[in-house]
Amino acid sequence: MYDVAIIGAGVTGSAIARYLSRYQVKACVIEREEDVCDGTSKANSAIVHAGFDAHPGSLKAKMNVRGSEMMEDLSKELDFPYDRNGSLVVATKDQDASLLDKLAEQGRENGVKDIRILDEKELKEMEPNLADDVVKALYAPTGAIVCPFNLTIALAENAADNGVEFFLNTTVEKVERDGDHYRIETDGKVIEAKAVVNAAGVYADAINNMVSTHKYHIIPRRGQYKLLDKTAGKHVRRTIFQLPSKMGKGVLVSPTVHGNLIVGPTAEDIDDKEGINTTSEGLDSLSRTAALSVKNVPLYEVITSFAGLRAHEEGGDFVLGEAEDAPNFFNALGIESPGLSSAPAIGEYLSDLVAEKLGLEKNPNFNGKRKGILDPSKLSMEERNELIKKNPAYGQIICRCEMITEGQILDAIHRTLGARSLDGVKRRTRAGMGRCQAGFCSPRTMEILEREVPMSAFDVTKTGGKSKLVIGYNKRV
Amino acid sequence: MKNYDLVIVGGGPAGLAAAISARDNGIQDILIIERDDRLGGILNQCIHNGFGLHTFKEELTGPEYAQRYIDQVLERGIDYKLNTMVMDISPDKKVTAMNREDGMFVIPAKAVILAMGCRERPRGALNIPGYRPAGIYSAGTAQRLVNIEGYMPGKKVVILGSGDIGLIMARRMTLEGAEVKVVAEIMPYSGGLKRNIVQCLDDFGIPLKLSHTVVDIEGKERVEAVTIAEVDDHMKPIPGTEERYECDTLLLSVGLLPENELSRQSGVELSRVHKGPVVNDALETNVEGIFACGNVLHVHDLVDFVSQEATQAGKNAAAYISHGEKKAKRVVKLNPVDGVRYTVPEFVRPEEMDDTVTVRFRVGAVYKNAAVCTYFGDKCVARRKKQIFAPGEMEQVVLKKADLLADPDLKEITLKIEEA
Amino acid sequence: MAEEKKNLTCICCPMGCQITVTLNDGEVTDVTGNTCKRGDIYARKEVTNPTRVVTSSVRVTGGEIPMVSVKTKEDIPKGKIFDCCRAIEDIEVPAPVKIGDVILKNVCGTGVDIVATKNVAAR
Repeated sequence: MYDVAIIGAGVTGSAIARYLSRYQVKACVIEREEDVCDGTSKANSAIVHAGFDAHPGSLKAKMNVRGSEMMEDLSKELDFPYDRNGSLVVATKDQDASLLDKLAEQGRENGVKDIRILDEKELKEMEPNLADDVVKALYAPTGAIVCPFNLTIALAENAADNGVEFFLNTTVEKVERDGDHYRIETDGKVIEAKAVVNAAGVYADAINNMVSTHKYHIIPRRGQYKLLDKTAGKHVRRTIFQLPSKMGKGVLVSPTVHGNLIVGPTAEDIDDKEGINTTSEGLDSLSRTAALSVKNVPLYEVITSFAGLRAHEEGGDFVLGEAEDAPNFFNALGIESPGLSSAPAIGEYLSDLVAEKLGLEKNPNFNGKRKGILDPSKLSMEERNELIKKNPAYGQIICRCEMITEGQILDAIHRTLGARSLDGVKRRTRAGMGRCQAGFCSPRTMEILEREVPMSAFDVTKTGGKSKLVIGYNKRV
Repeated sequence: MKNYDLVIVGGGPAGLAAAISARDNGIQDILIIERDDRLGGILNQCIHNGFGLHTFKEELTGPEYAQRYIDQVLERGIDYKLNTMVMDISPDKKVTAMNREDGMFVIPAKAVILAMGCRERPRGALNIPGYRPAGIYSAGTAQRLVNIEGYMPGKKVVILGSGDIGLIMARRMTLEGAEVKVVAEIMPYSGGLKRNIVQCLDDFGIPLKLSHTVVDIEGKERVEAVTIAEVDDHMKPIPGTEERYECDTLLLSVGLLPENELSRQSGVELSRVHKGPVVNDALETNVEGIFACGNVLHVHDLVDFVSQEATQAGKNAAAYISHGEKKAKRVVKLNPVDGVRYTVPEFVRPEEMDDTVTVRFRVGAVYKNAAVCTYFGDKCVARRKKQIFAPGEMEQVVLKKADLLADPDLKEITLKIEEA
Repeated sequence: MAEEKKNLTCICCPMGCQITVTLNDGEVTDVTGNTCKRGDIYARKEVTNPTRVVTSSVRVTGGEIPMVSVKTKEDIPKGKIFDCCRAIEDIEVPAPVKIGDVILKNVCGTGVDIVATKNVAAR
């Protein structure tokens, strides 16, 4: 019997697990994919919002501002890439620029620090590539960018290192109350727990609706993105948002924490909770919309495009807390934007709620620190040579676009909750995430997985399940 | 680490020929740095035949062609390092590289030859919509899996792009037991050789659909189907022309890009058209003592021309090492217009150039019954007729030093395609 | 007399002329559509005796790499391409292998050997 079972190992579930591990608790996380960070958390804008967007008093506002405050320290504790690059919401000359003042006012009410309005001159000195029509902007210096993969993976690893168990490749099929606890049927084992935390992303409505009469309805809202080569990464320095207009919500143009440029997202409500496909209309629209705020975006430098689903709940706000008619069943539901920004705050808030309800004691052995995968490019040549002498794998480049060594890939495979697929390696190390999009390194990475896990070449997948990469030997298929 | 006069970045056909030529022109201390585990570069996986007709007057396979140059490198005792990645080249030609045994090391070179080759354009660059399942490979990645590792990526295949690698892989996958359903090409013509279309597609009844592209990829885990559609003159898909193919694999053969990240770091100016370094008649970049040749300079059609070009680069780098930079008395710019997309080199130095200089270029479309014309200023000095010019083939004109010297006021040479 | 017409694409240059060859009882009586002499020669051979060099790879045991590339030393009849591939399907050769080593003699009775096209050192 577990004290707590968390459903979903996205950024929300992983954050809850990590903060819950501050307590003495027997907890587990149940994830249907083969890896953590494999749903909405892997395909989003990778932004830590300052917190002026959400309606004052809403959970979104509270969690966002708190999460944004927590993120920098957390990035040091858990060793994931984070950069407080600041953000701008820009208005063009035919837009109602007074909306910016309202947004600023809302931000101040939410408790966002240091926001101010910039005039055209100041603005264009700051960001020379803003579109010519841009005349005014709201500047939020606390806006930031983060690596969503390593944020999620770091939270999960740290939770696991502090005793939380992870069941990957495990799909929840049924949750029911059984006396004083919950019985969770999966496609494998049955898991029993005193409390359940529902962090199931776009499926959180289904999980909630199994145990509560208060029904929720999550609409998958698709966002399509284009990611540009690092040569385009300095086109803007800050994250550039657009004022919502009758043309729609607008898209952002932002550097990523790894030095690429990201453009997106679209916003389309769809029916399919697995509908992470891009569409030609969606991708085409990005080129048009981006130009409203930023000029000359070098879209010919695009290296990949992708889509993610936001878990939009009809009520419009996050749903956080115990279901009124299902004791010890806690929801983290409707976690759409600013969900990534809010994750640490949601983790802290919900884990405290659960701990209080179950009367959990503090864990005296909790170690909140986690060391990320070593990035040799940050070392001096002397340090690097020391490292290679100790472990020659750090002298062997596998991914030539991102200059990722075999040593990093070995670390990704052998650490807590290690990578078992090409995408698992990619999200942890960036091998295959560069301009050739794994053309050169995927056969090499496959070989390393085969040798180190160890596993058959025919079981190596792109991202778990049936996503096998090769199907047999030559002449024998 | 030993000192080297010349460092050659890349041990493929360009790097090998450059090294041999530099040695034969008197340079002793040469190091070839190769990132893979053997010399020969991409030729190691190009196991089909058809290489070397110009050079050896016989049809070799890729590995055989490479071995002829590898043998010459070995005979000459030229140093090379395998599994070694060049991390940086500074403008003063300090080459930083890394491998397991030596760690990270710096070689101060007198001259550097860039011979890193090219890479395939990935799906992302094409904005192909759909899912991102397993089973989407660039043709070259599939070629490596099949020819080097011995693994089949899939058994029902659609290929996008009719470049030579795509065509070759259509045959290769077929011979290994896969079913290649269709090859789609967005352009109204194929970028591949006629011979490959006939011998890799027609021989096996594989249809080639020109002016078609992929408009959807289905399959959440592994590719399940691919939809192609005809495109209009603006390369936009025409609604109603969609055809869906059930398959487990999509191979992409949609263009090659010279791999110039290192060049850019070292301050080498790159062409916006051919994506390789801008060079003079000696194949020297704007950074003194840094030369370029092969597919890193511009993507070639035949390896024979890579070897020829690299031989020039090796010889010129040797001259630079022995005699230093010759200050150009004057510079004549090459001006590609009317169908000529670019030229390599971009400019020549009449007083310093060799007796002849081969100018290589590609055309931007198919031209039938046309002529490539060379103008000195506005005077047409040469005109070579051809039945056909096609973008898939590299073209060349040869400039004679004597002609340039005879025209002391010459500022610009224009190359264009005219009706014959 | 059975007259037969065969259409083919010339491979001699990028023109890719669509050539029509007329055969009478297997004898070429006419070649049309070609632009040059090379097309005529190609077409006559292609309709009467089409041949190809086949390239493939076979498994190596104990080698530094798992596969060695191979080819038919000369052209074989086009109709025997698949037979040839099937004939080498299960062949495994021990390393080392050198370019030119005979992998299989007289493949499918064509009189042509399969030879290695790559050096593979022993591991």
